[in-house]
Formats: sequence, C-alpha cells, structure tokens
Amino acid sequence: MNFFVEIKEGLLIAWDAIRANKMRAGLTTLGIIIGVVSVTLMGAAIDGLNRSFRQSVSVLGADILFADRVNWFVNSEEEWIKVNNRRDITLDQVKVVERQMTLASAVAPVVQTSRSVRYLNRSTGGVVIFGTTEQYLQTAGLEVDEGRFLSAEDSEGGRPVCVIGYDVCTNLFVRESPLGKKIRIGPRWLEVVGVLAKRGSFMGMVSLDNQVIIPVQQLLLGYWRNPNFEIQVKAVDLAHLEDAKEELRGVLRKARHVAPGDPDDFAINQQEQVIKMFHHLAGTIEAAGLSVTGLALFVGGIGIMNIMFVSVAERTREIGVRKAIGARRRTILLQFLIEAASICLIGGLAGLAFVYVLTLALSSFFSAGLSLPVTALAVLVSLLTGVVSGFLPAWRAARMDPVEALRNE
Amino acid sequence: MSLIRLEHITRLYQMGGETIHALRDVSMEVRRGEYVAIMGPSGSGKSTLMNLLGCLDTPTAGVYELNGTNVGELDDNRLAEIRNREIGFIFQTFNLLPRADALRNVELPLIYSGMGSGERRRAALEVLGSVGLADRVHHKPNEMSGGQRQRVAIARALVNSPSIILADEPTGNLDSKTGEEIMALLGVLSDKGNTIFVVTHEEEVARHARRVIRIRDGLIAGDEVVKKTGAGA
Repeated sequence: MNFFVEIKEGLLIAWDAIRANKMRAGLTTLGIIIGVVSVTLMGAAIDGLNRSFRQSVSVLGADILFADRVNWFVNSEEEWIKVNNRRDITLDQVKVVERQMTLASAVAPVVQTSRSVRYLNRSTGGVVIFGTTEQYLQTAGLEVDEGRFLSAEDSEGGRPVCVIGYDVCTNLFVRESPLGKKIRIGPRWLEVVGVLAKRGSFMGMVSLDNQVIIPVQQLLLGYWRNPNFEIQVKAVDLAHLEDAKEELRGVLRKARHVAPGDPDDFAINQQEQVIKMFHHLAGTIEAAGLSVTGLALFVGGIGIMNIMFVSVAERTREIGVRKAIGARRRTILLQFLIEAASICLIGGLAGLAFVYVLTLALSSFFSAGLSLPVTALAVLVSLLTGVVSGFLPAWRAARMDPVEALRNE
Repeated sequence: MSLIRLEHITRLYQMGGETIHALRDVSMEVRRGEYVAIMGPSGSGKSTLMNLLGCLDTPTAGVYELNGTNVGELDDNRLAEIRNREIGFIFQTFNLLPRADALRNVELPLIYSGMGSGERRRAALEVLGSVGLADRVHHKPNEMSGGQRQRVAIARALVNSPSIILADEPTGNLDSKTGEEIMALLGVLSDKGNTIFVVTHEEEVARHARRVIRIRDGLIAGDEVVKKTGAGA
C-alpha cells in the first residue's frame, strides 16, 4: 500500500473516529484551541510591538549621532549621578563641531523646553519648543508641509519666526492659513513661517506633532540663557558612521578640554543603542510570553495524548482485526498519528479563527494583526503537537500483538 | 505438494514465571482443497494452532511451511503481507468494523493490499453478491442480523482469494438454524476448491468437514478422514 493511500485511509478513519466521539473530541480540541489562541495572540502582540517599534525608531535616523552630556541608557545609580554632574555642552562647542567635522553633512544644536502656545483666544499646552538651526531639517529628517523651514539667516540672527508641528497647527488654526500669523509662545510673539508634515507618535506615547521649532538664538534670548545643548550630527553616509563618530569624539574632547587619558565627559548616542536595548527587552518578553503560553499548548498536548491512549485501548480489538487482515505496523501507527494530528489541526484552525475575529475586534486600539508567519506557525505548531503527543499511543497500537489484541473484549 | 506442512511445532508461553506448553511437537500436512475441522476442549491448544496457521503467531520451535514459504523466519511486515494475501479469517464474534458499512468492511483487505479503488469496489461487490448480500452492501453491522454479519465476514475473508480460510467457531454466536446456513455456505466454498479450516468444539459443526484433527494437551490425538453420508448433506 503506498504512502498516499495510507494517508487518505488514515484521514477517513480519523474522521470516522472523531465523528463517533464528537463530545470527547470537542473537549480535547478545546485544550488545543486554548493553547493555539494564547500562543497566537502572544505572537501577534509581539509582532505588533516589533512593528510599532520599527516605525518609532525610524524617527531617530540610522545615520545620525546624538552627542549629549548624558548617555541614553544608564545602568546604575552611581553612573547616573556621575553623568549628571558633567559640564553642559555649550553653543560654542557646537560651533566648533560644525566648523571642524569633515565627515558630517549636517550639524544641529538642539535645546528643548516646554511652553503653552496661544493664538487669539485659542491656546494649547505642553508644546515642546525646539531651539535649533536650519540644519535640524536634515538631522531630524523633517518634512515641511506648508511654507518653509528655518533659514540660516533666521537661526543666525535669531529672528522672531517659528515652524509649527501638525497638531499645533490644527489646534490653533481653524479654517485659516497659519503662515504669517503671530503666535505667542510663553512671553514672546513669533511669526509662523512653516508647518511640518504629520509624523505620528514615538512608541505610541509621545506625540511628534505637538512641537514648535524656533531659531536657537531666539530661544537663548527669550527662554533659557545657558542651556545644555544636544548636538545632532548627520554622517556623510551610513558607511562612514563609525568614522564620523570617532571624529566627533575627538573634536568634542578638544573643545571641552578633556585631558588625554581621561574618560569622555559626554556621550555619543545613536539609533543602534535603542535597537539593541529594545531587542534585549523584546527578547525577554518573547521568551517569557511564549514559554508561558507554550505551557497552555503543552497541557493541551497532554490532553491529546491521554485521549489517544483511551482511543487505542478502546479499539484494541479493531487493531487486532486490522492486523489479522493485513495492516502493517506502519499503517496502524499512521492511522493513530493522523487521528491525533487531525484533532489538533481542527483545534488549531478553530483557535486561529477565534484569534482572527478577536484581532479584528481589537484592531482599533491594539496594533496587533494576524500575520501570515504567525498563522503558518500556529498551524505547524498544532500539527506538531498532534504528532508528538499522538506518537506514544500510536506506537503502542502499532506494536500490539495481534493474538492479544483479538482476545481483548 | 502440500499447501501446509507443520514439522515438530512447539509453542511455549511464559505466564507468571511458569512455562505453558500450548503445543508440543505437532506435525501435519494439509493439501490444497481440503476441508479440515480442528477439534478439542478449551485449553487443548487448538486456538494456538489456529493462530500459528493464520500467521498471527510464530512457533517457538519447529517449521511451518505455507505454500513453500517458511513462515517462522519472516518479520512482522512480511507476516502482515502473508495474512493479507494467503489467509482469510472468520471469527466467532464476526469482528467487523462497527462504523463501516458491509462494502467497506469487505474492501478492507484490498485496501491493505494496495488495490485501486475502482477495482476494489468491483471485487468487493462481486463477493458480497456471492454470499447473498447484494442488497445489503451499504448496511452497517448493527443494521444486520448475526447471519448476515457472518456472511459479510466470510466475504471479507474471500475477497483476496486467499490460499486458506480459517474459521474460529464460526457458528458460536449464531442460533442453530443460522449456524447451519453458514456451515452450508462454507461447504459450497469447499466444493469450489477453497482450503478451509474450522476450529470448533461442536461435533455438529465438525461433521461438515472431510477431515477431523483432534487436539488434546498440545498434541494431535486423532486425525481421521470423515466419510460423507450422502452427497451435499
């Protein structure tokens, strides 16, 4: 008997057996459904987390270096205290970097503060105010929707102009163009020269559209006399990122008079660190999540094994008859394996259908979709569960002595 | 040449540390076309002999040749193949698959021998017709009488055109009238040239055979040819 005929016969027999014990098969399947649902949901959630992270992290360009007084990720409290006691980075130092860097295509000083913004009788609070230069357009990878970005003259001269984020624009201006209008930011009046394109949020938490960009001199004049600067440096290209980082380090050490042999009193951060950090975190979540949900599937598998042992015991006589009539060990083994796999597959598909409906219902407030890999994985895992947990019972059936089996009442 | 040759067959069982001699030194020969009854009280070893003849079991010592093949040397898969092609079983309790209809029950040996579905169906229908069940092919075992079930079992035993048919107490679960009908059917099969073994403890049943082998305590106690009283009685 060839293999395909055996598979086909096995499916027929499995279908018969499942139909003959609907209640039992249904209850057993429930275990697999729960297992597959939890594994798939976890997979979808991790998928969603990864996706939203990838979207967010692209805000920090891969070819951008962020020189700052502090590191983005600090591992201990001692380090934190040390790092916090470092001297500020001054605008003069930024200028030195701008003049001396050869591997940079753009260098921008960045200072952030927060103010409420007002236009006529409308106001919006908690707006992030960025003091920077025209080069910020490149280092932050911004797009201007309306009007223009800051010009070199704006930044140098500290003209009273600003570029507003999408949310600020929609909050303050209804049915009128913001261009040329004066808005009040904290104590000062600034003229809107441009509106940024919509960018969304970072990690689903911080809005990237609730911001206003003003010339750095304007910020020094009106809001903060001696701030600490962040320096954003765009490397000439991604291939020279490491060289640019070394160059930046050298330039900054000199500008900040760090003695040879002393450690850096600043940090150069980049996207890679965030990605590394995230992968570390996501890896932990993934391992923990999948092993906990895998446990549910494991319990389901035990249920299958149990029920298959019962099924084999019940059908001992049938096994004897089949053997007497000419079924080989392989045929019997396959018959029970297919039965176990079928029950699991039905469970898996039912679980997937359930998850599908669930993700549809949740899609509005949970960025998790049922992706093809997760679906394929769920089907594969449920099949595998069937084969693994069905093996021992099927093996027992296949090894049965026909004389003993026929004597069974 | 004989179809079956048993030479000094011994079969031992271990049961709770004790060795049971189910068969001790059994030798016999059966030619093609014979109709043999194997008789003996329970525990005599007749079931063991039947299992050995049916290749469900192998002897501890001795030689069993079926159609020139030494069965004792075969592995599990080859034995399954021999059972499939050479032997048709008829059991006391019919042993049909309960969820399968008559047709599928009869098709089963052909499925295991790898016959294509069209040919299989034709062969099964023909055999079912020959045992008088042409109008019952889609009935399930629980929709048929005992006699009908045993006919399905006989059809299943015949469908692969085996060398020998082994019937283990074929009338044990039937009333005497139905039992007679089944024995008559076996008689017809014998007349057509099939080699048949009937294992029984009833003289009534054994009377239908042409040769009676009596087993007692694992030994052949008698081997006689029965004179038929009147043709087709």
